[in-house]
Amino acid sequence: MIASRRATWLLQGRGSLLILAAAVLLLPLIVSTNFHYRVLVLVWVFSLAVIGLNLLMGYAGQVSLGHAGFFALGAYSTALGPPLLNMPPWASLPAGIALSGLVAFVIGRPILRLKGHYLAVATLGFGVLVYMGLSNEIRLTGGPDGMRVERLLLFGWSVRSNVIWYWITGGLMLLGAWLALNLVGSPSGRAIRAIHDSEVAASALGVDAAAYKLLVFVISAAYASAAGGLLALFNGHVTPGLSDFLISIQLVTMVVLGGMGSILGSVVGAALLVLLPQVLTFLQDYEHAFLGLIMILTMIFLRSGLVPGLLKLLTKDGHEGNP
Amino acid sequence: MKEILKAENLGIEFGGVKAVDNISIAANAGEIVSVIGPNGAGKTTLFNLVSGVYRPRTGRIFLHGKDVTGLPPHRLARHGLTRTFQNLQIFFRMTAAENVMVGRHLYERRNVLAHLLSMPSAARQQAESRDRALDLIERVGLRAVADRSAGSLPYGALKRLEIARALAAEPEVLLLDEPAAGCNPRETEEIDEIIQGIAASGVAVVLVEHDMRLVMKISSHIVVLNFGRKLIEGNAERVKNDPSVLEAYLGQKRERVRAVAVDR
Amino acid sequence: MSQLLQFVISGITVGVIYGAVALGFTLIYNASHVVNFAQGEFVMLGALLTVFGIAAGIPYPLAALLAVGGTVLVSVALFDLALRPAGNAPIFALIIITIGASILLRGIARVAFGTSYFSLPPVAGGGPIAIGGAVLLPQSLVVVFGTIFIVVVLRLLMQNTLLGKAVIATSSDAMAANLVGINVSSIVRLSFAISGAIGALAGILIAPIALASHDMGALLALKGFAAAMLGGMGSPVGALVGGLLVGLSETLSAGYISSDYKDATAFIIILLVLSAFPNGLFGKGGYDRV
Repeated sequence: MIASRRATWLLQGRGSLLILAAAVLLLPLIVSTNFHYRVLVLVWVFSLAVIGLNLLMGYAGQVSLGHAGFFALGAYSTALGPPLLNMPPWASLPAGIALSGLVAFVIGRPILRLKGHYLAVATLGFGVLVYMGLSNEIRLTGGPDGMRVERLLLFGWSVRSNVIWYWITGGLMLLGAWLALNLVGSPSGRAIRAIHDSEVAASALGVDAAAYKLLVFVISAAYASAAGGLLALFNGHVTPGLSDFLISIQLVTMVVLGGMGSILGSVVGAALLVLLPQVLTFLQDYEHAFLGLIMILTMIFLRSGLVPGLLKLLTKDGHEGNP
Repeated sequence: MKEILKAENLGIEFGGVKAVDNISIAANAGEIVSVIGPNGAGKTTLFNLVSGVYRPRTGRIFLHGKDVTGLPPHRLARHGLTRTFQNLQIFFRMTAAENVMVGRHLYERRNVLAHLLSMPSAARQQAESRDRALDLIERVGLRAVADRSAGSLPYGALKRLEIARALAAEPEVLLLDEPAAGCNPRETEEIDEIIQGIAASGVAVVLVEHDMRLVMKISSHIVVLNFGRKLIEGNAERVKNDPSVLEAYLGQKRERVRAVAVDR
Repeated sequence: MSQLLQFVISGITVGVIYGAVALGFTLIYNASHVVNFAQGEFVMLGALLTVFGIAAGIPYPLAALLAVGGTVLVSVALFDLALRPAGNAPIFALIIITIGASILLRGIARVAFGTSYFSLPPVAGGGPIAIGGAVLLPQSLVVVFGTIFIVVVLRLLMQNTLLGKAVIATSSDAMAANLVGINVSSIVRLSFAISGAIGALAGILIAPIALASHDMGALLALKGFAAAMLGGMGSPVGALVGGLLVGLSETLSAGYISSDYKDATAFIIILLVLSAFPNGLFGKGGYDRV
């Protein structure tokens, strides 16, 4: 069983940090063009959002079809922070996180009382409302055309280089993964996983299920917001499209494909869905159809996702819980 | 003997049917109170009322004299009441040890920030919870499988695991919903010893069971339910020989039952 | 006053379509406890397949018939190829599958039909009718009465035929229905087929009034879901009533409050209803069996 314990540690436990760190550090050895770096920045950014969503879906067992709403809130915060509140760009990122956290806290309470389809539709509704708000409030947000985002200034230099963004987003992704892994292995993480497996039993043991679900909802919103903010600073531009239902679905697919309840899986899922369309350029027009197909096929054939699926292959009696 | 749990005149209905109708029940420290009755008598509903899963339509519940009626399960746990479940609510995707560690939730510091940042205090907490959990796992005889995934354990082991998990919360009142259901005689015997040990340590135990030998053997007090109402209560002798109890279970006519009872 | 009347007329017209979508949801949900997020795509397929049928030279009625048939094939395929293989999947998996199906269909429609908007010639000819200062399109009447007709027929079928009773039995307890010899799979497949047909018909009826495009299904599904929730996921009549409520709230709020957030009305309704009734308006209480 030593091999399976090692496999579990590597794919499910702390070891996944090693794999991710290795990926971040070693990828620059293989990639060279600016375009490649750009794509990788997108991978790290989406990974961050997906890690957060995975905490909500995979560990807490809730579903959110509107997470792009928080993504966009984070993005627009970095856009609006400097002109509206005279904030420097780097400060508008945490401000956006705080804002999203607050919004999540407020809507989370009523929404998380819902279950199954109702929860799904309520979160979807949230995403749509954000989209509408961003599209309609033209004076504030520039409407469907979006608005400019002031560039990040580090030590007086305007950060535009794709390479530097690679390291920034890669590093932050690792930070996000580290925090998530810590949470999952902690007493709070145990409580959250317990709620997922049996809310009624967890309650009987003193776990305040509603409070923990809200906690995870807020944390996942914070992750999505951070990712959105980073993307906005990187692109220098935001549009309401960032809150589109399709982005929410892409995030969900990344979680599901990579593996629910797997931090490493979150990054794998994000990487696949960002990279595949780049690699299979003939898919260009069929991108949406392809996404839909992946969702269906994953749920039928590989319900636990790629990384947990791989783990099951490598271990004999299923994964042995979080070490 | 200290009365820890007292429930008075509990009542609830579902769709017009009075699932529980004016039932009062009490349990003292160290006592084992068994609730028995034919299927559908309202035993599990009663449990769900007392453990906060359902809100009672009528009646009140007191723990240590404090009115806790209507409190949700997690608050009741804080007041010292916890339970196990008839249909096994094990956390299947965690290991046996982790299951019991969840039971330590009330005694863990809930500092999420420390958890996120993996501070030393969190690690210390983790170790402590694990130690306590392993003690309890040992007590129910599951030490060998402590780190195995709960989903891979056999039924009898899971029944004992649920009890260990409930004990981790250090309850003063423990509701056990059919702890020996589906267990063979040897497993039932092990569970009966565990339950007696729990009561001996001062916990008020309330039990729902179908296994009459277990019930008659270990209960200090038995409450018989039928059609949502309390039929009779008393000690094993009294209940065993009461014709109305036989009638409730077997549905026999009075005369025949009396004849059988006298023959005995 | 005439403005109010106009809003009411529009509200009823779209409301009835939402009701038809809700009906589709309800049928499938009743038979299988799956919320079919691809329901809106059935409406889209009905409309767009007819449009392209006509463009290919097929006469209107035949094109419509073929479109309905095609949609039924798609809906049954959804059941047999996507849902049945998933077996006893947990709810989130089913949600993801039907959403995936919705996106897949939309994606294919995008490539096949393009992203433009299309219209159909109205079934009922003649110009707009003036009523009390408001304008009523004859097509609106067709939409309203057509949908009501479908609902009535469905209700009659459910209550008076053996097949209908089988559907009710399945929705009540699938395992029990199975045990008494009802082929649950067939019943569910039938419910998908009927939902597909109703959706397609709704699309064909509404396309002359509202424009049709490859992505019209998304919002329709959500509004239909709102309607289904309002009317209770149980009855065809409830679905229709729910649809009317959503349609009317939409046009009235667009008219009197703000038309920017017209589409948000349905969501706001959903969120309001759910915050008061976490199990839907007619949901069967939240008592889990433990």
